[in-house]
Amino acid sequence: MEPSLGDGGDLTVAELDRNAETLDATDQASARSRLIESGKRTGSMLVDVFRDDRMGQAGLAILLVFALTGLFAPLVVPHEPTEINRGDDGTTLRLDAPSAEHPLGTTNMGRDVLSQLMVGARVSLIVGFLAAFMAVTIGVNVGLISGYYGGWVDDLLMRITDIAYGLPFLPFVIVLVFLMGPSLLSIIIVIALLLWRSTARVIRSQVLSHKQRPYVESAQAVGASNLRIMYRHILPNVLPLAFLYGAFSVAWAVIAEASIAFLGFGDPAMMSWGQMLFEAYTADAIRFAWWWVVPPGVSIMIMVMSVFFIGRTLERVTNPELRHAE
Amino acid sequence: MGLREYIVRRIFQLLVTYWAFLTIIFVLFRVAPGDPTSMFVMDGLTGEQREREIARLGLDQPLHVQYVEYITQLLSGNFGTSFRYSEPVWDVLVVKFWNTILLMGTALIVAYILGITFGALLGWYRGKKVEKVGIVAGLVARSSPEFWTGIVLLSIFAFWLGWFPSGGMRSVGAEIGSFGERYFSADFVYHMVLPVLAGAIYYMATPLLLMRNTMMDILKADFIEVKKAEGLPERRILYRHAARNSILPIVTVAAIVSGTAIGGSLIIETVFNWPGMGREMIESVTYNDYPMAMGTFFLMGSVVIFMNFIADLAYVYLDPRVQYD
Repeated sequence: MEPSLGDGGDLTVAELDRNAETLDATDQASARSRLIESGKRTGSMLVDVFRDDRMGQAGLAILLVFALTGLFAPLVVPHEPTEINRGDDGTTLRLDAPSAEHPLGTTNMGRDVLSQLMVGARVSLIVGFLAAFMAVTIGVNVGLISGYYGGWVDDLLMRITDIAYGLPFLPFVIVLVFLMGPSLLSIIIVIALLLWRSTARVIRSQVLSHKQRPYVESAQAVGASNLRIMYRHILPNVLPLAFLYGAFSVAWAVIAEASIAFLGFGDPAMMSWGQMLFEAYTADAIRFAWWWVVPPGVSIMIMVMSVFFIGRTLERVTNPELRHAE
Repeated sequence: MGLREYIVRRIFQLLVTYWAFLTIIFVLFRVAPGDPTSMFVMDGLTGEQREREIARLGLDQPLHVQYVEYITQLLSGNFGTSFRYSEPVWDVLVVKFWNTILLMGTALIVAYILGITFGALLGWYRGKKVEKVGIVAGLVARSSPEFWTGIVLLSIFAFWLGWFPSGGMRSVGAEIGSFGERYFSADFVYHMVLPVLAGAIYYMATPLLLMRNTMMDILKADFIEVKKAEGLPERRILYRHAARNSILPIVTVAAIVSGTAIGGSLIIETVFNWPGMGREMIESVTYNDYPMAMGTFFLMGSVVIFMNFIADLAYVYLDPRVQYD
């Protein structure tokens, strides 16, 4: 599942050489302004790349719609997601086909599917983004430290990464969620606990190539501290790659959360799309209640796809060859 | 560093990783969940019986003694007795292990054959409409969690068209004979079609997109131009020369993905009621069957670690340019 990657380092070689010439690491202000500048550079490059990429724009737009839905869901849902709806004659509306009152029908318990669907967007978004953020933060730090220091530090951290790679993802997540209790927080932590591994490996190899560049050597020569070189000089250059892996991590986290919920280990207090499918599957509703099954499945698919679209666009930032070619 | 030295070093790393994995299992299943005795000691015993049982199982020993004992037991395949089946975990798992390997193995083979073929074509037809459609299809497949793909396949082919059974591994009343009869019967294959398809669709995306990317790089190479100038037919250049040189990265990824697919069996087997390791794991966790949960986790992790090792070896073996670092 690793995305293809060119040597993203080529991207800024010219700029780096320029940096090296004007380098004055003892000057706090200039270092800060350089950081801001490179931040801006990354920012404006992102804008440029998204400007002429339809897929990326579509991805952002879809994600925005989901975010707004999740944000305002409690205010605009037509029914309470857990409310048991009754028909005119007072009987529970079990597996009612879509109607004006219930645009996506009801579940076997008489609950409104559309309302559950809207509220469910929140879990995917929260888990997806928080777990990905945690994973990328861990991964970037591990990669930076490992690649920069080398030696036994590198050995130790890479063995830990190997171990993380040796754990089967879903089984490990299931066992841990089971032990920690099925709360949203433990699901996020458990996913992040394994998801950082790919970011760490990729960032490390990038850092290794940056370590050889003149700008790092000159920073060392003027006596900049290791921390400073790592976080002020190298980090901004590997940031685009971190963003790319951030996007992929969101996608994997959303799939992982949905899978956990589908297997019945989701947070019972939070309605999520995976949980909806779990309930529909256990109730054997895929045979006759498409309105209960199709919406959550398609929603998961579209959300993950939007993140992949964004990832494809970000990939052009890290791999300039793709930019010129397409 | 030479090849031999690299391999020795890699084997050493393998042992370290595996030891860490066993330790994690010990911590997860023996130390973490409250009273460690709950794992081996059955409920419904009187206090005295319980203590005798604890002593018999060595649970009154200091933790480090238990640790050594525990790992020895794990490595000798002694996972204890399943609470649900009242049978040794190993006996139950041996059958389920093969059910899972056959299912996921077939799914992966199908996924890689299709992925490589279509990926090569997409790289070849670069910039054409076919390519766009292919990429979007690949992204859709990769964006659908396995359970969703499975549910869609079930709805269409089992419930709507009625072509395939909705789950299980064999028809009710089918005779279970020897190993060969069990797996090489038409009934078994018939039941396997939908779950294999669900897995293949999900795992196809990776080789498809990867193959396309490498193909694009290879097609830029000079020797392809030379072959074109020689006037070789396009099909021949595509498969004989370009595709062949693009396979390398796929092989490494294939080994890693087959490790991941072991985890995917949890979902596919649940959707299709396939009596394998994955479904067994879900059930054992749900029913608090600790020895069984531990046994499945141990087997799955072992497969993943082994496949990662194979991936590294395949990489250095296949690519003479690789640097050992």
